[in-house]
Amino acid sequence: MASQSIFLTVVGLPLLGFLFNGLLGKKIPKTLLGAIATAAVAIPFFLILGTFVHLLKGGAPMEVTLYNWFTVGNFSVDLGFYIDQLSVLMVMLVTGIGSLIHLYSIGYMQEDEHYSTYFSYLNLFVFFMLVLVMADSYLGMYIGWEGVALTSYFLVGFWFKNNDFSDAGKKAFIMNRVGDLGFLIGMFFIFYYTGSLQFTEVNKALSLGAMVPALTTVASLFLFLGATSKSAQIPLFTWLPDAMAGPTPVSALIHAATMVTAGIYMVFRSNLLFSLSPDTLQIIAIVGTATALYAAIVGTAQNDIKKVLAYSTVSQLGLMFLALGVGAYITAFFHVLTHAFFKALLFLGSGSVIHAMGGEQDMRKMGGLKKYMPLTYVTFLIGSLAISGIPPFAGFFSKDEILAMAFQQNKILWALGLGASILTAFYMFRIIFLTFSGDFKGSEEQKSHLHESPASMTIPLVVLAVLSTIGGLLGLPHIFHATHFLNEFLAPVVKQGGETQEHLNANTELILMAIATVGGLLSILAAYLIYIKNSKVPPVTDTAYQGIAKLANRKFYIDEIYDTLIVRPVQWTSDLLFKAVDNVIVDGVVQLVGRLSLILGDILRSLQTGYTAFYIFAMVMSICFILGYYLIGIR
Amino acid sequence: MIAITLLILPFIGALLTVLLSDSFAKKMALTSTLITFIFTMKIYFDFTGGNVDGLVYDAQWLQEPNLSFVLKIDGLSMLMLILTNLLSMVIVLSGAGATQKNTKALYGLILLMQAAMNGNFMAFEGFTFYVFWELTLIPIYFIALLWGTDYTRKITFKFFLYTLVGSFFMMISFIILYLVAGSLRLENLYGLSLTGIAQSLIILGFFLAFAIKIPLVPLHTWQAETYTAAPTQGTMLLSAIMLKMGLYGFMRWLLPVLPFAVAQVTPIIMVLGIVGVVYGAVIAVQQNNLKRLFAFSSLSHVGLITAGIFSLKLIGLTGATVQMFAHAVNVAGLFFAAEIIRRRTGTLDLNALGGIRSVAPWFSTYFFILVIASFGLPSTNAFVGEFMLIFAIWQYNAFLAIIAGLTIIFAAVYLLRMYQRAMLGNTNTVTAKFTDLTLSEHLTFLPLVVLVFAMGLYPKPIIHLVEPIVNQIIHLAAI
Repeated sequence: MASQSIFLTVVGLPLLGFLFNGLLGKKIPKTLLGAIATAAVAIPFFLILGTFVHLLKGGAPMEVTLYNWFTVGNFSVDLGFYIDQLSVLMVMLVTGIGSLIHLYSIGYMQEDEHYSTYFSYLNLFVFFMLVLVMADSYLGMYIGWEGVALTSYFLVGFWFKNNDFSDAGKKAFIMNRVGDLGFLIGMFFIFYYTGSLQFTEVNKALSLGAMVPALTTVASLFLFLGATSKSAQIPLFTWLPDAMAGPTPVSALIHAATMVTAGIYMVFRSNLLFSLSPDTLQIIAIVGTATALYAAIVGTAQNDIKKVLAYSTVSQLGLMFLALGVGAYITAFFHVLTHAFFKALLFLGSGSVIHAMGGEQDMRKMGGLKKYMPLTYVTFLIGSLAISGIPPFAGFFSKDEILAMAFQQNKILWALGLGASILTAFYMFRIIFLTFSGDFKGSEEQKSHLHESPASMTIPLVVLAVLSTIGGLLGLPHIFHATHFLNEFLAPVVKQGGETQEHLNANTELILMAIATVGGLLSILAAYLIYIKNSKVPPVTDTAYQGIAKLANRKFYIDEIYDTLIVRPVQWTSDLLFKAVDNVIVDGVVQLVGRLSLILGDILRSLQTGYTAFYIFAMVMSICFILGYYLIGIR
Repeated sequence: MIAITLLILPFIGALLTVLLSDSFAKKMALTSTLITFIFTMKIYFDFTGGNVDGLVYDAQWLQEPNLSFVLKIDGLSMLMLILTNLLSMVIVLSGAGATQKNTKALYGLILLMQAAMNGNFMAFEGFTFYVFWELTLIPIYFIALLWGTDYTRKITFKFFLYTLVGSFFMMISFIILYLVAGSLRLENLYGLSLTGIAQSLIILGFFLAFAIKIPLVPLHTWQAETYTAAPTQGTMLLSAIMLKMGLYGFMRWLLPVLPFAVAQVTPIIMVLGIVGVVYGAVIAVQQNNLKRLFAFSSLSHVGLITAGIFSLKLIGLTGATVQMFAHAVNVAGLFFAAEIIRRRTGTLDLNALGGIRSVAPWFSTYFFILVIASFGLPSTNAFVGEFMLIFAIWQYNAFLAIIAGLTIIFAAVYLLRMYQRAMLGNTNTVTAKFTDLTLSEHLTFLPLVVLVFAMGLYPKPIIHLVEPIVNQIIHLAAI
């Protein structure tokens, strides 16, 4: 097949899956439907492997133009694909993890009344995500960018009868739109100064100096605003924890493995622009670090298992932005990949727990689950070790690389990043100990239903656990004298500067690794002492929290602050504008002018009859007269 | 003669509708609009094929004063004619499932309105334009008055008077123009060298008439009330087609004729438009009546179109034309959705609704497509227009573009809030028996929903159609 038809099939199958399941889904058996939906995502995975091999052999990136979307004067944008080393990995990630999660959903959503709708949305999500990563221009990417936000809205608010869930979906979409405005304005800058929105053209123009440094800073900051919303960074992160309202496989796919990494993808894709603006990079590094630390602290005081994982995701994304900010684009992407493996695993594992617990998400009501669901436990443990950065699991390698890169640039960022990373181990093992160890704290009825999940759910867990274990092979550190696959493969995508070529000396790097690993282990020990040794259970009611713990439990009141500073003022302004300004002032002036004319009219009344109907009649008649005059006058 | 057919066809349709019985009225009107639409599309294909014979109709109306009756179809007119005749058909069809009193009079008036609007968009002479401009007002006044809700009398009168005031000032402007030019033929007005003072006086009259019709803040207070009180077909006529007469007026009659005055007032109108974008959007956030909410949403959207027109950039005016069409499709669809809810539940109050998604999946899907189109999701029609408009405003002033761009946030806020409260959640006593769409309702939605994506993915036909005209306008408007 020509590459054009391959790419079209890759994006086309999930779209067809969406249409098929959406229109006919109710008429076919559930398992068949699930299988079709899964195939619609799995087949593209295998199709793209050919392209992957082509690039692996050193082949050139492939550009396919489909058609010209619109052209006005000198503004022109084509829709098409640009498949290079970065996008091919993203496609494999999206379709690979995506098909595992589709498979998992077959079991997880079995009893849901809107089963077919669920799968059609999930297919649609994959379609838009593929558009996002395969597009050859910013505007094409923007179609996917907003599309994934839309499907996220569908899936977060999937159980739409619950008003809180719908609110969460709405919040996610609106907050993403704030970022979208940034993306849009960023595109205006890029087009205006480079004359194109196609990636290759933009990079060509940028390398010829199309934008002075001040402009690159402004443009990249606007793009970064877009990235903060999609990837849940300060200040636009509060939607992600709420987004946990959606079904758990959705959280795994959209809110951990794929959509939320779109911001990182976008910065990586625009790395030339960002490298030209050191100020922006500095800001990105600071924002990323602050987010990583903030979310890790909050994560230690949450009791909803999915909320912990959500804050963990925010925190890990923060670490990725730290890496981007120090110019280590490939390192950031390395963490995107490993994080996708273990965070998808952790979410699916939590889903398995929630499934067994009959929908319960509060860890204070769990405990001792390891004997009821051993497979879930083991895989969850692997995921936790991986995210905690314990060797030899995948997270160790990518996180170590981020910290090493940060260390070279700025010791403070390194220290704070390390802090976030150590806290990760604490809150993850807090989950393990509260959920899987100790005694069961739920109701007797829940206890009688505890069971291991069906194979369609455990197979993805096992696959992801394997990936979380060996994922580090994608980027072995140079001190091991091994090839760093990602560094070599992705090198052509990094346009300039970027990856620091000099490495830390081997001793320093070993010491850094040791610090991080020991820190993680100590942190696990601390969690052990608190939750197993002292068998401490977090306060049952959230009101029992005090001091810092209370602050962390309430997420530092960021939602309340946004509510007070933005949401409610907008509502008040709306009421004020409508009830006072519009109805009283603006309309008042109109009425006044009207009255004055009526008074004037009274004076002239003797000449007129004063009936509106008569005026209209007169008007109609005169127009008819004119028309008639004309018609008679036709020659 | 082809041009004039677009007046005659709906007019004959109106006559037949009125002459036949009430029970045939809807079918007759639908047939008439269908024929007119097919005919319009035939003209379009001839036009794009380069066959422009008969697209001008020119006759002397009066010798003294020197007034002519000139109709002409160029790219911009063509677009507006397609819009008018397509939407007229949809509007007629949208009434198929409704029980309406005095049907033949209602549909007769709708068809008269269609004829008058066609005339307005083809007029290439000032007096012709003015006559059709006024002619459109009469049917819509009666439609709103006689088929609206109980308290329409006062509201409709205000609307009528308000727009009449605008027309009055426009008439004065035409008189001044006539006195200077000795004719009101458009080609004589283009390139007319008028003094600065004359231009300022004339622009005031035009601006008032157009701004009231669109409407622009602060001349909008007739709008929300009228849209809410009028029968939905009237609201659709007003919002989907009639308000475009004002925007079209800016492009055809104001920018090219009065370049000096335009240069003077551009900053004011840009700001006015963008104030309208935010003002309408913010008010829409807290509205609980579906039709009023859509009215304020429309206020916000047309503010953006106006600002794009006055940016005097190629991409701004082109975006404006794309967005005029997109807005027509989307707003007609939204008001029709409101109408369906009103038909089945008897209310438009969001507080009383909820849960409809569970019981009416087709309706929910169409409605949601119109929602995403209205907030400009990429790949839907309004995105293309909005992108061009905001980009044009950005080129005028980057700060204004950020303010104008708030529309993409606010539109999501008020539309998703609306959809959640009307459609999601649990059903209640009002919505539990909500039935899904009938065939005629499907058929009403279908062309709109298809256009949402067709225009969003392939907007080129529209751009091709208007680009030469837009270039000409910008050329004339540049001092």
